[in-house]
Amino acid sequence: MKARYLSILGKLMLGLLLSLTVNAAEPVTSGSVTIPNPPKAKTNFSAEQPCVEPIDVMRRSHGLFLKHSRNDTMRHGMRTSNYSLVTCINCHVTSDEHGNYPSVKEGTEHFCRSCHSYAAVTIDCFQCHASHPEEVISSKVNEVSSIKLDSLGTPNTSP
Amino acid sequence: MNEEFSPTQNRRDFLKNTAVVAGITVVPGVLLYTGSMAHQPENAVTSDRRWGMLIDTTKCTSGCDACVNACIEEHGLTEEVRAEVKPQWIRKVGLRDKQTGKEHSLPMMCQHCEKPPCVDVCPTGASFKRADGIVLVDRHICIGCRYCMMSCPYKARSFVHETLENQKPHSPRGKGTVEACNLCVYRVDKGLNPACVEACEKDGQKAMLFGDLNDPNSEIHKRLKEIGSTALRADMRLNPGIRYQGL
Repeated sequence: MKARYLSILGKLMLGLLLSLTVNAAEPVTSGSVTIPNPPKAKTNFSAEQPCVEPIDVMRRSHGLFLKHSRNDTMRHGMRTSNYSLVTCINCHVTSDEHGNYPSVKEGTEHFCRSCHSYAAVTIDCFQCHASHPEEVISSKVNEVSSIKLDSLGTPNTSP
Repeated sequence: MNEEFSPTQNRRDFLKNTAVVAGITVVPGVLLYTGSMAHQPENAVTSDRRWGMLIDTTKCTSGCDACVNACIEEHGLTEEVRAEVKPQWIRKVGLRDKQTGKEHSLPMMCQHCEKPPCVDVCPTGASFKRADGIVLVDRHICIGCRYCMMSCPYKARSFVHETLENQKPHSPRGKGTVEACNLCVYRVDKGLNPACVEACEKDGQKAMLFGDLNDPNSEIHKRLKEIGSTALRADMRLNPGIRYQGL
């Protein structure tokens, strides 16, 4: 009887030890991957709603919106701005006080990257698409392109 | 038997009524077509239009490359790569008649064929023709096999060999995909002319005319009706949307 109790106790102890090791390992992981804290957007979509859809819908379905919009735009020339990647970037990617935009390749400062690196989901969008608003690139390369964009009505300033 | 219900009478009535109904449906259809010329962003483009270009080679001069530079600027084709793999969405081509020595200079780009061979050969459906005749590469699904580049008789397409940085938001492009002139499709959808046409008008020889080939009231339609134009490699019967005048 006693031996049986002891073996149960031993198993419990082992379990406790194991759980302790896991617990001890946890702070290390959360220390290396920062809890996402995405930067605030430039403006709210409306008085009632911060983004183009309620926040919970955006969190869950933004990928679907982007993919749907991508096909409509590419295949059918439907260029509405609500789910356009360019509009997302223009509103959500903000520069620091020196006018520099965060990199989408490293760190966690970039709006998209802050969550995606935490969730370990690789995004390929920015191999081709611009990861920050146009104005900085255009002022560096050539002033002419920003004039052209104004005439195009690209939502550079107002989202 | 009442005459009104005789089969012949009924058939006559039926035909009469059908003609009236058909008339009603055709007329608003016609009005709708001519009335809504501006493309609304929430609507899909339709085959009511076919975008095309007429290039006057009698005006285009060999020293002028305003269109090429405008394209490079517009789409950010500025990466530092080997000369062999430099992207060329539009280039200047010189032609010389062996008999007479008469020389022509003209811009060459994707000819936006009605029956594009690049679309026929694409294994993934990435190379496609929009309803309004603009031939594009959907680089989301392009696997970079370059079959379209081989099939194009105009050598209009380029392949991106290196990782790119700082692409233009309106013109995404990236390594491992094929690209070509897209007629500045995002500008066309907003009712503007492609960048090369704009530049030719402003800094060049005013040799490029862009418009809807289907619209009988458009400048390009009228001009094409009036003058003799050349489709390059007409023997292949691709019916390109880009036409040349004076060749």
